[in-house]
Amino acid sequence: MNTVLKKVDQRNAHITLRVNGEELEVSFAPYKTLLEVLREDLDLTGTKHGCELGECGACAVLVDGEPLLSCLKLAIECDGCAIETIEGLAQGPELHPLQAAFSDHGGSQCGYCTPGVLMTAKSLLDREPNPSRERIKEALSGNLCRCTGYQQIVESVEEAARVINERGAKA
Amino acid sequence: MSTAKKLEVIGHARRRVDGREKVTGQLLYADDMKLPRMLHMKLLRSSHPHALIESIDTARASAYPGVHLVLTGKDFPVPFGIMPVAQDEYPLAPEHVRYVGDPVAAVVANDEQTASEALDLIEVKYKSLPTIATPEEALAQPEARIHDYTDSGNIHRNQAFEFGDVEEALEKSDHVFEDLFFYEGDNHMAMEQHASLARAEGDGKLTLWSSTQDPHYLHRQLARVLQLPAAQIRVIACDNGGGFGGKCDPAGHEMVVSKAALVLGRPVKICLTREEVFYLHRGRHPVLMKLRTGVTKEGKLTGMHLQTLLDGGAYGSHGPASTFYTGVLTPLTYELPRFKFDACRVFTNKPACGPKRGHGTPQPRFGQEVQLDKIAEKLKLDPAELRLNMVTKSNSLTASWLKIGSNGLAECIRQVVAGSGWKQKHGKLPQGRGVGIACSSYMTGAGVSIYWNKMPHSGVQLTLDRSGRATVFCGATEVGQGSDDVLAAVVAETLGISTKEVCCVTGDTGITPVDLGSYSSRVTIMMGNAALQAAGRARDMLAAAAAEQLEVLPEDIVLSRGRVFAAGDAAKSMSFAEAVVYAETKFGTLGTVGSYTPPKPPGKFKAAGVGPSPAYSFSACVVEVEVDEHTGWITVPKIWMAHDIGRALNPVLTRGQVIGGVYMGLGEALMEEQVFRRLPPKLSNALVHKIPSLLEYKSITSLDMPEVEVYLIEDPDPNCPFGAKEVGQGPLLPVMPAVANAVFDAVGVRIDEVPITPEKILRALHLKREGKNPRVGPDHFPDVPYVEPTFVVPPAEGGDGTESKAPNKHLERVAS
Repeated sequence: MNTVLKKVDQRNAHITLRVNGEELEVSFAPYKTLLEVLREDLDLTGTKHGCELGECGACAVLVDGEPLLSCLKLAIECDGCAIETIEGLAQGPELHPLQAAFSDHGGSQCGYCTPGVLMTAKSLLDREPNPSRERIKEALSGNLCRCTGYQQIVESVEEAARVINERGAKA
Repeated sequence: MSTAKKLEVIGHARRRVDGREKVTGQLLYADDMKLPRMLHMKLLRSSHPHALIESIDTARASAYPGVHLVLTGKDFPVPFGIMPVAQDEYPLAPEHVRYVGDPVAAVVANDEQTASEALDLIEVKYKSLPTIATPEEALAQPEARIHDYTDSGNIHRNQAFEFGDVEEALEKSDHVFEDLFFYEGDNHMAMEQHASLARAEGDGKLTLWSSTQDPHYLHRQLARVLQLPAAQIRVIACDNGGGFGGKCDPAGHEMVVSKAALVLGRPVKICLTREEVFYLHRGRHPVLMKLRTGVTKEGKLTGMHLQTLLDGGAYGSHGPASTFYTGVLTPLTYELPRFKFDACRVFTNKPACGPKRGHGTPQPRFGQEVQLDKIAEKLKLDPAELRLNMVTKSNSLTASWLKIGSNGLAECIRQVVAGSGWKQKHGKLPQGRGVGIACSSYMTGAGVSIYWNKMPHSGVQLTLDRSGRATVFCGATEVGQGSDDVLAAVVAETLGISTKEVCCVTGDTGITPVDLGSYSSRVTIMMGNAALQAAGRARDMLAAAAAEQLEVLPEDIVLSRGRVFAAGDAAKSMSFAEAVVYAETKFGTLGTVGSYTPPKPPGKFKAAGVGPSPAYSFSACVVEVEVDEHTGWITVPKIWMAHDIGRALNPVLTRGQVIGGVYMGLGEALMEEQVFRRLPPKLSNALVHKIPSLLEYKSITSLDMPEVEVYLIEDPDPNCPFGAKEVGQGPLLPVMPAVANAVFDAVGVRIDEVPITPEKILRALHLKREGKNPRVGPDHFPDVPYVEPTFVVPPAEGGDGTESKAPNKHLERVAS
């Protein structure tokens, strides 16, 4: 390897992202994944990593509304995309019903898988407001959780769906 | 004080105190932290399973642009280890590597990418040594030593205890059952990879933020390895993204990143990759077991001789304790008049095993509970009735001198039998479907510390300020189990406020009193009792000051719902904050302390300290399975789990712990395994981890997980805060044997080892069709050179708890 040619600062990739509704320009080393750019260059450390190989679901975020493993996506491929992360889920001080349900019903223990689970669950409820228990399990089957045994996660999603639908009915 | 009031916080389902941070992404785990001028570190790991390092050339790596520092074993002359008798590990191996993955060098650079590139430029010359892959090889090749500090060969620990003459008991039994079992090793697989961030401060001080379950033990080992006064080191345990025992050992990377920060004067961070987590390991020991158990024809136990052989991997870790735990807790569940166990841990060239949820006990419990199923089958007894008829009693001593306090095992069995419809199902479901039952018990905190001392196991400091807030300091560590929530709840309940008015400062050796850490299910009882004492003292000060103002007696003061008032006179009342002001006026700045030391163990023989606990939890489990005889696939539609918790402090969290334990146990029963293979000879023949990734290390997903019906048995234990016993580990333990027993009920085959894979089911079914013994499991037990046991007379036979000579008859038998 020719070490003379190595540049110490490689932040020469430059893209625009819409992150949690906010238009951002970001420069970063071109080898970086979306996960790394979110965590390291945008300080959005709410998105976690458990393997960085697409195996655990901890890094799931929404890209143009679709759940995606941010560790498998090069950030440079995301120019112009809308990204939703855990930091954008609450509206100010008001928790999203999924967040409230998870913290009240045991859906989150150590909390490490929680952001990825919540974003995946949000994408499910955005499309299917009344998912069956089996559908919830299916949607979350790519998100590994080591604490809960999943039962209280599934119950939390059901509770959130109930609250969202109740609010929808009132509105 | 006559403040007996209805519990307002304890026992009520509440949002945990750290719930909001966890669902908003605000909570900072170790790798989420970032400091100005921070550098990044990566480790170079051995590609040889067993070798001597002949040379390391770091010149090219050091010259690589962006690299600030390269460290090797030469920089760390002092070994470490969590147990004083097993300090056999170096942060970076100086001359001897013992498994593929053993760290040998570290590079600190501007970013992880640069550090990784520079690792490739380090040249290490190795001289291969013979590789020990299994315990059998370790025993057969004592000359190929992995460590030379132990007495002989590759035996790390050799422990034997006999409580009463077991051979005599077996001779007098109507039946003696002899069975071999094997329990494969597995990994904790906490979702958070281990990460650490070290910062040197101007005057030679060091702060380390780390994903650790035991900041206190890490603090001690850091001082040792870095040869710094402990007073100059501050360890802050970040909230752990799961631990399960995998973050109990002080780890090499924590020492190396600290050294790097001290050398460079800049913050340095490391986060292990998932593959590296599998190498650091410290997971479940693979254990081969032999159980010889005597029973009467009525189905009562007469004696048991248990032998275990542990595959320890390359280092000591918690090994001395793990070895004990493959024996000592066995007699807790059923009346067992005599008990003997021989346990031996050997070194192999694999990542070190250590403590994982249940530490050393799931393995013998699996063997014991499957053997009981065989006993029931042979004696034509119902397996649930067999168990129910011989459960241990409350307030009793086991033959091995463990003191059982409260004991809800019988009620646990009754609940799962009733809830699961056991009597209508066992032996009665159609072919391919079955149910199995198993029970267990676990410690509520280890009775002795990992290093010998007489100080408290947990300390709490509490301050009250004029705002009406209580701030509570404790070294206890949040690993996701909810220890902060327990701390806040105990204080809030005692002071009559809500958990919102309690601020918890935990897991920081710089500012919190010592708590030994999140292991052995000790936090609720030890931290809880310390908090109860500190909060009780604060309540007394508030009551004294308020009584003066309200002109009543202090014992008539009640603290409830944020108010401080006279019992029976609602007019005499003030807010909690007002009471704090009066107390501060009366006493000066308000602060109290509390601490907790477990009771002395009843046994007086050497090593009588391992196994005793202030309280034991009990669990019973029924598992239903469906076995596809064409594919061997096991489906688990439902699990019923009853757990004797004493009292559920926050039922949401308690239920979560139970279901989480069931989940992890089911994974161990069906699929989880940390296994190794040799590379082909043309590729070095090295012994490597077979599956160091989350894709191939199989664990249960949301789709595989059955519904769990949870029964909490609440009979408050007097030794525990508000009566609450442990729940973090116990409910895992009976799941594996219950699955194995259910498989037998479904298809009539015995799988005497975990994981119970489809391949093993098919193999056993094939044997069954051929008319052979339909069993898959170990078929021989090697000749292990166990030591002569320490002999102790059981309490029921008039023993005094000290070591004594084995009866003559026994000695004659040994001599012949």
